[in-house]
Amino acid sequence: MDDQVILRMAAKWLIPFILIFALYVQFHGDYGPGGGFQAGVIFAAGFVLHSLVFGLKDTLRVLPPWVAYACGALGVVLYAGVGVVTMALGAEYLNYNVLSYDPEHGQHYGILLVELGVLITVFGVMLGVYYAFAGRRRLDG
Amino acid sequence: METVVDITLLALLAVAGLAILRTRNLFSAVMLAGIYSLVAAALFTTLDAVDVAFTEAAVGAGISTVLFLGTLALVGWEEKKPAHRPLLPLVVVLITGAALVYGTADLPPFGAADNPVHDSDVARRYIEESPHEIGVPNMVTSVLASYRGYDTMGETTVIFAALVGVLLLIARGPRPRRVWDPDRKEWLTRWDDPQSDGGDGAGTSQGGAHG
Repeated sequence: MDDQVILRMAAKWLIPFILIFALYVQFHGDYGPGGGFQAGVIFAAGFVLHSLVFGLKDTLRVLPPWVAYACGALGVVLYAGVGVVTMALGAEYLNYNVLSYDPEHGQHYGILLVELGVLITVFGVMLGVYYAFAGRRRLDG
Repeated sequence: METVVDITLLALLAVAGLAILRTRNLFSAVMLAGIYSLVAAALFTTLDAVDVAFTEAAVGAGISTVLFLGTLALVGWEEKKPAHRPLLPLVVVLITGAALVYGTADLPPFGAADNPVHDSDVARRYIEESPHEIGVPNMVTSVLASYRGYDTMGETTVIFAALVGVLLLIARGPRPRRVWDPDRKEWLTRWDDPQSDGGDGAGTSQGGAHG
């Protein structure tokens, strides 16, 4: 789409706002609708838009597939790791109360961390699946 | 007013569903499915389920549509004529639909004050205790990330498993390749670009949509 000037310029302006909006959805999830799942999808959508407008080749240079795959695994590890940490601190698995000096702050930290894990996994998986579909060629083509 | 909005949205859902059934052009079917998801998201919003509506709009109308289009770029844009007669599927669908409609007769009326959900101990505990037990204003987040933390961890793992499944089934694209570099006398890991057929720089810059 090298000749689509308006599309390229619009995408160039939109992508940063899409990524920022994803982070807003992530960190505003405690107060309004939103959270890791939605934020991860929106964050991945920014990169999908980049690849639709600038070509998959350029997007793969910005964010290679192995990063997406690693993100997919990393988020799960972060989520499960929070549980391991709470156990090491003497509470039940995923009981965030012990993460800080009082239970309510601990809950805040815990929710922040596991939601971050969800964001990272959903982002990596959505982008990894998109790469898998878009990177494949037609069998008869 | 709310009734008018509900009826309009449900009518749009029905129209989109029927249009998906009728069309043989898969591109319009995918676009209509996106519209269906968006209307469903609006419907969830009128039911005050904003978190669900958000997910439906982002996943159903957004990413799913892109993935469907990516698939269509691989398999073609026209649906083949079915080889069988539609009579048996029609009967099955009608019976299932009738059973579901019959099932709704047992549901309590929407939004009524004496519905079982308002009476359950679990819901009352969340509403009364979560503001000072968790301290997060959005109760959906409290339940999702803390009270039901195990469930959400399972969901995250399922999503990761989906990636593993997709990669095992269809990823023939970028894959690491061990290449022997005679100059540096060591093995290198190379991520090959799926769009270039081994040659470099000759490929187009367009993404998955070109067949």
